[in-house]
Amino acid sequence: MYKWMIIKALLYILLAPVIGGLMSGLDRVFSARMQGRQGPPVVQPFFDVNKLLHKQTTVVNSIQVLFVTVYLIFTIFTGALFFAGGDMLLVFFALSMSEVMLVLAAFSTNGPYSIMGAQRELLQMMCYEPMTLLVAIGFYYANGSFMVDELITKPVPAIVQIPGFFIGFVFILIIKLRKSPFDLSTSHHMHQEMVKGLTTDLSGSNLALVEIAEWYDTVLMLGIVGLFFINNNPISRLWAIIAIAVVFFLETLIDNLFPRVKYKTMLIVTWSVILVFAGTNLLILNVLK
Amino acid sequence: MRSAVIMIGGFTIMAVAIYVAVNVLMSGDTSQFMYLEEAHAADTVIICGEVFLMCLVCFLSIKYKKYYAILISMAGTLPVLWMDLTGKAVEGNTHFRIDTFAAVMYLIVGIVGILICIYASGYMKDYHHHHTDVVDRSNYFLALMFVFLGAMFGLISSDSLSWIYFFWEITSVCSFLMIGYTRTQEAIDNSFRALWMNLLGGCGFAAGLMYSNMALGISNLSQVTSAEASKVIMIPVTLFAFAALTKSAQFPFSRWLLGAMVAPTPSSALLHSATMVKIGVYMLIRLSPVMEGTLTGVMITVIGGFTFFAASLLAITVSDGKKVLAYSTISNLGLITACAGTGTTEGVWAAVMLVLFHAVSKSLLFQTVGDIENCMHSRDIEDMHGLIIKLPRLAFIMIIGICGMFMAPFGMLVSKWAALKSFVDSGSVWLVLFLVFGSGSTLFYWAKWLGKICTVIHQSFELEDITPKSEMVSIFPLTAMIVVMCFAFPWMSGHMVQPILNEAFHTNIPDVIGGSDVVIMMIMVTMIFMIPIGARFLSIGKNSKMTMSYVAGVNAGDDRHYIDSFGKERALYMSNWYMEDFFGEKKLLWPCIWIATVLVLVMLIVVVGGALHV
Repeated sequence: MYKWMIIKALLYILLAPVIGGLMSGLDRVFSARMQGRQGPPVVQPFFDVNKLLHKQTTVVNSIQVLFVTVYLIFTIFTGALFFAGGDMLLVFFALSMSEVMLVLAAFSTNGPYSIMGAQRELLQMMCYEPMTLLVAIGFYYANGSFMVDELITKPVPAIVQIPGFFIGFVFILIIKLRKSPFDLSTSHHMHQEMVKGLTTDLSGSNLALVEIAEWYDTVLMLGIVGLFFINNNPISRLWAIIAIAVVFFLETLIDNLFPRVKYKTMLIVTWSVILVFAGTNLLILNVLK
Repeated sequence: MRSAVIMIGGFTIMAVAIYVAVNVLMSGDTSQFMYLEEAHAADTVIICGEVFLMCLVCFLSIKYKKYYAILISMAGTLPVLWMDLTGKAVEGNTHFRIDTFAAVMYLIVGIVGILICIYASGYMKDYHHHHTDVVDRSNYFLALMFVFLGAMFGLISSDSLSWIYFFWEITSVCSFLMIGYTRTQEAIDNSFRALWMNLLGGCGFAAGLMYSNMALGISNLSQVTSAEASKVIMIPVTLFAFAALTKSAQFPFSRWLLGAMVAPTPSSALLHSATMVKIGVYMLIRLSPVMEGTLTGVMITVIGGFTFFAASLLAITVSDGKKVLAYSTISNLGLITACAGTGTTEGVWAAVMLVLFHAVSKSLLFQTVGDIENCMHSRDIEDMHGLIIKLPRLAFIMIIGICGMFMAPFGMLVSKWAALKSFVDSGSVWLVLFLVFGSGSTLFYWAKWLGKICTVIHQSFELEDITPKSEMVSIFPLTAMIVVMCFAFPWMSGHMVQPILNEAFHTNIPDVIGGSDVVIMMIMVTMIFMIPIGARFLSIGKNSKMTMSYVAGVNAGDDRHYIDSFGKERALYMSNWYMEDFFGEKKLLWPCIWIATVLVLVMLIVVVGGALHV
């Protein structure tokens, strides 16, 4: 059993950056087509990261590198834990820990844009943290386990019982995938009031590490989206992939439709959405139980 | 000389406490540790002690013209006195019993409490060095700390309710005296606020004590907790729980703990971590089996969950280091209260674990903030900007302390995880919601503090670290304990917490967090400690080109000034976010207190009134 877990984790570690990079490329193509542009080739993100890796790295201080490295390692660890079939709650705890490391990397630079990005990133975490924990709880309510490898063997997919949690989760994915209107801390589009926010003072291979970590993170997040649809029937995996594609497209669409909002709006809106959809869903489940 | 006496005395007490605790934990059968069936002489001493405390409170109230304290003190003490003197109290039961829970509390009070006393011996010298306007009464202060610890030991060993009441009142009066140490107007006001709130709780305890003695014929706490659930037994349980809420500073009684920070730091450390507030949750955990599924239990969990959430929001808005710690204490105690109120085994497991981890982390954090204040003359979080360069040793210890409070895979998070599971299993939806939203805000206020510390400022220099050795004697073991407890929690669960559940519920539960999760947690802990060490050897980042941070202009060379378009040098500073207009104390504190007051009143009226009516 342990052997299978390790193999699954290794597969994630090897394949996730490829898939994540392609997703990121697809995202850029989608966006370009929505805006009536040709857009870059799908593999552009790989070229970018490759270039970053070969540039001379300048750092503001030496701790910065340490934090970024820990961030990458723990992001990979988190994803590997999820795809190996680990405990959902532990996955989310480890995830917020790795995010804190990225924030600390930004804090350590003492640059105004980095620190502004770091504060905003923390606020973003405060916005989505309740929902990530609730997702784990929702799966537990629906299928009676926190372990991913047990959740995928249940007869009924979780989405049937916890649609509210799904809506809430897709909503906070806007924050997680750094999409407008909630891309407060750093955006994929440069030259704005916050420069590059969180990653302003990262360069060269450090920035490449952050990019790679985000690919891993994207795959993890979309994996959770898929988990809502998977049951013991192999065909359900196809549904999961379709759902992932739809959600990913939706996120890109939202990114292109809405301008960035202020942090207060983000806090009020996300917490209300979580409370209304996931909270109500939780109450109903509790009554039915 | 004084430090030597404190060290020798302190370590002796610690050794004895550990010896007793280990003996009890290893014995396998804790029912043998019952003492003092007949204790007339001791009873007399205790009656005299109660009278003395009442007279002391009266004297000081008259001296500082706060007459209302006299009324509350008398209302609590006189009826109990009358009951004892007229022989209406039930006698013949054991007064002392030391079970596993008491042994675990011994370890907390004995190790953490004594380390704080040792810390205080060095701290008070520096304190009076900086605060020349305060009369040096540090001998009296240190003596009070030991009296406090003595009362704690008494309280956790007692089974007789009237003895618990006596020790309960000692801690109230001791904390009152310690908060008022500096004798400034603010200190006096705050100390009397602490006094009246705690004495009010004491009145509740006294009422519960009298009711159980005179109406139910019960004199011992263990009889209350093992009693069959009925409407009448809920009266003393509710009254004790009410008293516990005041002690552990839950809303609406939180203001006394916030005011307590005017006192020198060791007293805050003592009140927040090992003693005062832990008495409240100690009582609640004891009462937990009786509260399961009752209205009292539900109300206690709601008050606890609400406190957890509201205090964590309030903690975002303050920048005074000690105040953040105070709000965080209130918030964490709220979580413990909520866990105890569910009355489930998993809830109690989480509560005991939280008590253990919180005691260690919080006392360490208070001590470091105290030292930082002595070195930098400020304890404001904004002034801790770049602490990792200015005071690297203290900064490092502080980072471990803060990580211990909120980050995976450190201790507090393990217990929070268990708490979440127990809330889910007991179907307390509202608590789940309080907990998840509360964790969001908890993460925010700790992480931004961590960020301030970790900021590296160019051209800034190390300050003189004047922390005396005697303080390091306390700080190093505590830091080590946080790290060791990360690894040791499965062992602690098996040897310390499971036996408590056994005694309280007569059941064993499967490990709340067990199996593969423990393995993964251990891997995480190892990674956290290995990566920084590995980075040092691999010299990661050492050969990169150094540069200044980007300021959208010309960096003047130190990341704190830039040259603007007119060629002038301008200062630049990024403050943390406090969002005062959003969650500020002015906006949130009083509404929270009123909501909680209503909850407490509803609990008292419905449970006590309802049972008396029938």
